[in-house]
Amino acid sequence: MTDEQQAPPESAVATSRGRSSAPARALLRTAAVMGLFLLGVAVIWEGFKALFGDPWRYPQLGIDFRPPFHLLQAADLQLPHVWDIVGALANPVQRSAAQSLGQFLVGAAIFTWWEALIGFVIGALVGVVLATLFVHSRLAERAFVPYVIASQTIPIVALAPLIVVGLGRGIVSIVFIAVYLTFFPVTIAEVRGLRSPDPRSLELMRSYAASRWSIFWKVRLPASVPYLFSALKIAATASVVGTIIGEDPGGASEGLGRAIVNFNQQYITGPEKLWATILVASLLGMAFYLVVRMIEVIALRGRRVAQA
Amino acid sequence: MSVLRSGMGAGAVPSGAPVSLSGVGKTFQTSGGGRTVALENIDLDVQPTEFISLIGPSGCGKSTLLRIVGDLIEPSTGTVQVNGKPARRARLDRDYGMVFQAPVLFEWRSVEANVRLPLEVMGVDKGTREQRVHDMLELVELGAFKKHYPHQLSGGMQQRVAIARALCFQPALLLMDEPFGALDEMTRERLNIEVLRIWQQTGTTILFVTHSIPEAVFLSTRVVVMSARPGRISEVISIDLPQPRNDQTRESERYFELVTQVRESLRGRGAAASAARARAEGGIG
Amino acid sequence: MTASAGTLSPSDRGPSVVRGLLTVAWRYLPPTVVLVAVLIAWELSAAGTGRRVIPAPSAILAALGTERDLLLASAQATIYEAIGGLAIGTVAGTAVAFATSRWAGTRAILLPLAVGASAVPLIAIAPILNNWFGVLDPFSKMMMAALLVFFPITVNVTRGLVQVQPAALELMRSYASSEVEVLLKVRVPNMLPFFFTALKVSTTLAFIGAIVGEFYGGTSDVLGRVVLTEISGGSFDVAWAAILLGAVGAIASYVAVTLAERAVIPWYAALRGDER
Repeated sequence: MTDEQQAPPESAVATSRGRSSAPARALLRTAAVMGLFLLGVAVIWEGFKALFGDPWRYPQLGIDFRPPFHLLQAADLQLPHVWDIVGALANPVQRSAAQSLGQFLVGAAIFTWWEALIGFVIGALVGVVLATLFVHSRLAERAFVPYVIASQTIPIVALAPLIVVGLGRGIVSIVFIAVYLTFFPVTIAEVRGLRSPDPRSLELMRSYAASRWSIFWKVRLPASVPYLFSALKIAATASVVGTIIGEDPGGASEGLGRAIVNFNQQYITGPEKLWATILVASLLGMAFYLVVRMIEVIALRGRRVAQA
Repeated sequence: MSVLRSGMGAGAVPSGAPVSLSGVGKTFQTSGGGRTVALENIDLDVQPTEFISLIGPSGCGKSTLLRIVGDLIEPSTGTVQVNGKPARRARLDRDYGMVFQAPVLFEWRSVEANVRLPLEVMGVDKGTREQRVHDMLELVELGAFKKHYPHQLSGGMQQRVAIARALCFQPALLLMDEPFGALDEMTRERLNIEVLRIWQQTGTTILFVTHSIPEAVFLSTRVVVMSARPGRISEVISIDLPQPRNDQTRESERYFELVTQVRESLRGRGAAASAARARAEGGIG
Repeated sequence: MTASAGTLSPSDRGPSVVRGLLTVAWRYLPPTVVLVAVLIAWELSAAGTGRRVIPAPSAILAALGTERDLLLASAQATIYEAIGGLAIGTVAGTAVAFATSRWAGTRAILLPLAVGASAVPLIAIAPILNNWFGVLDPFSKMMMAALLVFFPITVNVTRGLVQVQPAALELMRSYASSEVEVLLKVRVPNMLPFFFTALKVSTTLAFIGAIVGEFYGGTSDVLGRVVLTEISGGSFDVAWAAILLGAVGAIASYVAVTLAERAVIPWYAALRGDER
């Protein structure tokens, strides 16, 4: 490796100004990216409608705009304006209900959040335990890892209705689906992480006559944390997805998944409601991701933090 | 060696000195908003078929200088002439080949496909391509491995493939940036003899950056000693060891003398440095 | 470094054969034992009583026979949706990736979109896609699959096109290569392993997209709807048979991609050694 410093004009690694601000800034960067995502989607959305949608008629603002082309998918019924969707949050959830759509959806989101969270945490624990087992027992690994890998190729989510029938309607089956979707990526990534330490660090520990357990705690587990978190970020979304899909067959009347099915059935009478539910579900997914990211940033404090 | 066609590196008849640097300097903007002067006031003329080593401590800009000659970096000041043309023209005319410290072979190509790469880019016809690749691999003695993939070869072998690739279009000039830095001592010594053999056989001019004093002395006709911060040429030492050089050369008296001379120069106690100091002490009251 | 397999002398033959058998056994026996044990336990625990939520493996296989026409037609339809979506998503993702690698400005727009999209439960849009493209039209399920596939493909192909050794770019520059040459000779080969990794993940995503899209509505002869219908009718064995076919379809696609990978980039498999 040449130690000649080329003094390159662009440096590949962002140097952190202060040790304490780096985690906060990394988190803010992720949040900013999410914000940009929402903004970008909104811009593309309205741009699409401006080209292909129904006429924009806002007499109060003096706007009477006819888009040049027309596509069914951009019509106001199929793709309501962003402001109509957000505005619908203030309207009553049903014609004569006291609760606003926004209140209803927040309640549903909280319900879904807790299901997803429980499933996620249990799934992550199961994943780490399995990974630990596989790393310490070659036999267990050879026996079970092929199925862990094969199962990643199976559309597990298709099992959702059956799981619900098997475990009964209710929160247990929904959480089960979330656990199922979470623990596979975690197991695979954690195994890789537990095996990642430089063999020389392991040799060092052995020269101290350290026990396997001690090696696990002091070397393997800390080394696996970055791998674990990259899987957890994927698993976070998978957990939310599993929860939402499981709620309909699972008969959970209070979650976002249920709301999606209901509002889909009532689509003609109020397309904004379904869209608003999708918006809230997206925000839920992002919030989940941000929470995991925040924990990651704290756990990896001092180490180099990955971008976004 | 087969006869060169024009447009494939001006290896046959270089016009003007292979490398001519005049007042070359390079300043980098650092990310903190400051400026680093990597090179200052470099003057150097390289004659055809010379073997020039650039040696100096870290930060003396030797790799930067090599890349300036290759038009991979633009100098901030001064002029660079390669084969009598501006450096950019020389690059576009493919007048030089380059070997880096890492072999930089493409893992998706076999050894012979890797050597073929520049010829493909330069649009050489298939027949000549095949012949060239064959000749080059014979030259570096890796003909038996042409169907192998880089990851199947040792570091030293990969570097030899990189050398074959650099020479396949017969450039007049070869730029080498610490090509043997990552290899062990014995492989390095063996490859040094290889490079000299190839140098003699092809008549290429070589500009060679190294960290190793013995290597610089063993290989070169002249050693350019550089100093750091800012990067400058402190001394140019002629190596008058006889050719061809071999393992016996490494044990000769003259070799040790020259190694010591270069080492002293690097430490700032060389002839040029002493003269400069004497001037400074005598001059200013 | 490949181990040299020299010729065996007669005196070596005995122990080597044993050693070879032991290697095979060590590798394949444990998972096989697990599979067989699970199947046997499953069969035994489910034997006897009529309709159960998790029927015996034998009952599932029987259902494959009795409802063969429905199941095969449904499997065909769902596979068509999944593969169609996979193709659309892959082509679109690759095209966008090439565009962003060429124009760095677009990458600044794409990166937040990709990161955001990875955090969002895209599947929630399935009902909308059914509305847009017709709930009975397979195209709506294809679009769900394509949407799920698009992002991993784009991110990975972009990464492969952009993350090239700087020294390789310097090398091409020293040959005065054009941008197109650098693209074809360096970036594209570099990208292929990333592409295939993403494609393997995408096969599963495509099937998920198709089947979940069907959960929200579709014709009666697609696997997702068959599962729901048969469950509500109490015929769990048929439902499981449908899921089994879905799983087989997904695994077959995955294997097909792996074989394609081995054909297109043989050097990559060798590079990674015998990593499964």
